[in-house]
Amino acid sequence: MAVMTYREALNLALREEMRRDPRVFVMGEEVGLYEGAYKVTQGLLKEFGPARVVDTPIAESGFTGLGIGAAMLGLRPVVEMMTFNFALLALDQIVNSAAKMCYMSGGQYNVPLVIRGPGGPAAQLAAQHSQSMETYFYHVPGLKVVRPTTPMDAKGLLKSAIRDDNPVIFIEAETLYPVKGEVPEDPDFVIPLGQAIVRREGTDVTVIAYMGMMYRSMEAADELAKEGISVELVDPRTLRPMDVDTIIGSVRKTHHVVVVEAGAGFAGMGSEISAFVTEHAFDDLDAPVERVTGANAPMPYARNLEKLKTPSKDRIAAAIRRVCNANGS
Amino acid sequence: MAKTIPERKGPSALGVDAELARRLLHDMLLIRRFEEKAAEAYALGKVGGFLHLYIGEEAVAVGATSVLRADDYAISAYRDHGHCLAKGADPRRVMAELFGRRDGLSKGKGGSMHLFDRSVNFLGGHAIVGAHLPLAAGAAFAIKYEGRDAVVVCYFGDGAVPQGEFHESLNLGALWKLPVIYLCENNRYAMGTSTDRALAQTEIWKFGQTYGIPSEKVDGMDVLAIREVVGRAVARTRRDKTPSLIEADTYRFRPLDARPGGRGVPDEGGGRAGKAARPDRDAPRARAQGRDPHRGRRAGDREGRQRPDRRGRRVRRRLPGAARRGAVHRHLQGGLRWR
Repeated sequence: MAVMTYREALNLALREEMRRDPRVFVMGEEVGLYEGAYKVTQGLLKEFGPARVVDTPIAESGFTGLGIGAAMLGLRPVVEMMTFNFALLALDQIVNSAAKMCYMSGGQYNVPLVIRGPGGPAAQLAAQHSQSMETYFYHVPGLKVVRPTTPMDAKGLLKSAIRDDNPVIFIEAETLYPVKGEVPEDPDFVIPLGQAIVRREGTDVTVIAYMGMMYRSMEAADELAKEGISVELVDPRTLRPMDVDTIIGSVRKTHHVVVVEAGAGFAGMGSEISAFVTEHAFDDLDAPVERVTGANAPMPYARNLEKLKTPSKDRIAAAIRRVCNANGS
Repeated sequence: MAKTIPERKGPSALGVDAELARRLLHDMLLIRRFEEKAAEAYALGKVGGFLHLYIGEEAVAVGATSVLRADDYAISAYRDHGHCLAKGADPRRVMAELFGRRDGLSKGKGGSMHLFDRSVNFLGGHAIVGAHLPLAAGAAFAIKYEGRDAVVVCYFGDGAVPQGEFHESLNLGALWKLPVIYLCENNRYAMGTSTDRALAQTEIWKFGQTYGIPSEKVDGMDVLAIREVVGRAVARTRRDKTPSLIEADTYRFRPLDARPGGRGVPDEGGGRAGKAARPDRDAPRARAQGRDPHRGRRAGDREGRQRPDRRGRRVRRRLPGAARRGAVHRHLQGGLRWR
């Protein structure tokens, strides 16, 4: 184990996979000479050269489509979106080409492609650069969607994504790049896609969260522990395919569920989790599932308004108290 | 495509090798007869969804494919039957795909607009206009990455030209010197919108000049002209790893979609009322002008009359069989038809 930042963990995963498999190459805006807008690809150009670390012009749809075409012929492109907000320009390629190619060709052409980059709420980047993007992708059959919360997950899941034979949407976070954590240095260390993790064991309530919302939920759990509420924290890590078993297992233990998500709530991750918890574990629930979500508005610029837009530790704690019927106690 | 049937050797009346002439004619006829059968099955409701016929444009796919090697690739939009057949797909499996059968090329998952055949390097029919142009550049990127000398032929219509992805793909292809031949089949109408209502520059080949790549225009109804121009582009692309843009001036003799007017989708948009926006109504005129690619190409047909020769009959014999085999299983289609 080594201690490194989330950014370094991603960089290491890319290096290891590029060393392991010559078909893996990295492509995107500023990934080479500039070494990445967020320095995730730092040093890759020097080690692997311009044939495998490819700087693109600003043409998201064009270079994403190009990555898909290259993947159809057997290469394993890792396409960087400078931020995932720009992936909307490539949404047709992702949804109509990458996700469906294997199916609509009757299994003849699969697309081993990773699209990665930062997404989610950032720091005062305002409406167009600060938003949760996973919703646009996890609805689509044929896509896998990963949101890695810790440096260890970032490395292990990115390696699995690159080794996957089908398209994977891998959304990091600007705010997490400097976060440090323990990361295995073993080049064979991978975390399989579709496995959730229980980050904190508890007995009274299951809180499901990922990325920044997981860190805030941890703070809320610390605070509630002092009040005698034992919170179990579950991180899905892969949003599609979702590890339903781990979540349901936790619900059967605690009988109370709170889902926390940064994006707006309507048809969000909380809606989906509430639905399958109700379908699979209705009789285990002692209270309705509670969702804590971002406000139904674009991300504002002003610091104080931005704080109101995303779920705070206090809002998460209040929701947990409500489902546990612990208000005012 | 179908194997050549060697008969007489020596030059034909057209001044080209007789065997080659026969092969080109055979391939064009196969596509024409296939499409006629497909239209028939469609009218009977045995083929569902959209059916975009290639009738009138056969010379482009046949001429272009005739200069390719087996390890070269082709990729197309939704009017893909002709390109797929020309690249060598089994007509029976193409027809089975139209019938939605599991022995179809794409196992019945794709249909008319999504024919794929990995065994002949046909990278598919793609039905979002313009979206397959970046895919073509990507296939060419992979060829270059692996150090091979294959090329990709990317067929698209004039309707893709105003899309951003046409320009993004040409820019990337030219910038990175990718071995792709962009072959625009300009049939003058994007659905019901004529090129002069869609493009500020209707000379499509000139867009290649903007991106600094060799580009030219060719008579898309002349299979030998296509052969020559695409052949030149393929040789150049193989040698210099540089893309080319070719505009083939062609024509479709049927409406956008084979669905009879008055039913289903408004296949000609607002143009249904106006003669000018009805390419199918222009078809007789185009034929009268002698632009049918089949005219004058039949061996032993000095007048260029539409007289089925021995080969035509042989092609025809192959096709109804393919369609019949589909028809046997029409009961499977009962639940899928929506009309």
